Amino acid sequence: MQQGASVDSRKPDGYLHGSSIIAEIKASQIEFVVSVPDITTSEGLLRPLAQATAPRLIRICKEDEGVGICAGLAYTGRRSLLLIQQTGLLDSINAVRGVAVEYALPICMMVGLLEKEPGVPPMQSKRYGVRIVEPILDAMGIAYHEIEGEADVPKIRPAIDNAYAQSRPVVLLIGRKPS
Amino acid sequence: MMKRDECLKALARHVTDADIVLPVYSTAFDWIDIRPHPLNYLSHGAMGLASSHALGLALGRPDRRVIVLDGDGSLLMNLGSLVTIGAAAPPNLYHFVCENGTYEANGGHPIPGRGRVDFAGFARSAGYRAVHEFSDVRIFEQQVGALLAEPGPVFADLKITSSGPQERDYSRIHGPHVRQAFRDALAAR
Repeated sequence: MQQGASVDSRKPDGYLHGSSIIAEIKASQIEFVVSVPDITTSEGLLRPLAQATAPRLIRICKEDEGVGICAGLAYTGRRSLLLIQQTGLLDSINAVRGVAVEYALPICMMVGLLEKEPGVPPMQSKRYGVRIVEPILDAMGIAYHEIEGEADVPKIRPAIDNAYAQSRPVVLLIGRKPS
Repeated sequence: MMKRDECLKALARHVTDADIVLPVYSTAFDWIDIRPHPLNYLSHGAMGLASSHALGLALGRPDRRVIVLDGDGSLLMNLGSLVTIGAAAPPNLYHFVCENGTYEANGGHPIPGRGRVDFAGFARSAGYRAVHEFSDVRIFEQQVGALLAEPGPVFADLKITSSGPQERDYSRIHGPHVRQAFRDALAAR
């Protein structure tokens, strides 16, 4: 299920711009961003998204709420993105299992990998909480993509388009703090 | 206290063909017998999430009333959704909670804080525009129409007792045909 980060993006001193990710989110026709703040994406993504008028930001109390909200929006034909931390993803496994996987709904999740070392593949991280994410997604049959550097940003729009075309969930793993 | 099915029958008289209704668990089995309709949204995927699905539907279809018929045990699993709904403030969302103090579908065990939890107080402090409590079905019948005409988000705590034994065929709730029927109905109307 994995599509890994491109080679250049694996450099520890690589870079990732929040503005380019946001441009992809907008190009993907995302109308709602549903979020619990995440340390990795707080400054580079969530703060500028909060200052914009579109997409509309819905702040939620807990990540599994967001799975339900995005499902309801999907039935209405409105695209949304759940922007969370991997701790929140782990906390929401049952909701993702029931709503996204078993009901086959296009729940698109952008997940900041808390404490992942820049340039290090998630499964090679020294952090247990990072290493287990991709194996769990594999076990659940959920497609995911590593977004580690600018070269990976063009994966975002096709991943979201495909999720909606196939009515399947997708996870975009943000591997370093976007500037 | 009100019998749940009597309460739901009173509500059903004010629900239109354009309304989306999200009933949960035991309430769902009563509701789909009382008011079968393709715009009943029955598949919530995980306990507690009905109010969150409802918020997504209300945001995505501001032209329709979205009515969630929650359970007290279900709401306790997703109390944060009250705060999220209060903040998002969709004017078309109507949140009813059938409070019977038990996890009725899971063996009838009591909810924590049974009889002491103030669901209306939770909703009021979370920022719902209007909050109601009902324990007399005659008063509920008199007021529910006006309640559904108020701008949302509106919350109503219904003090209910069970309608009695149910045949719970979960394929009527979780089956893929249910979701497809909803999808088709929402797209068509």
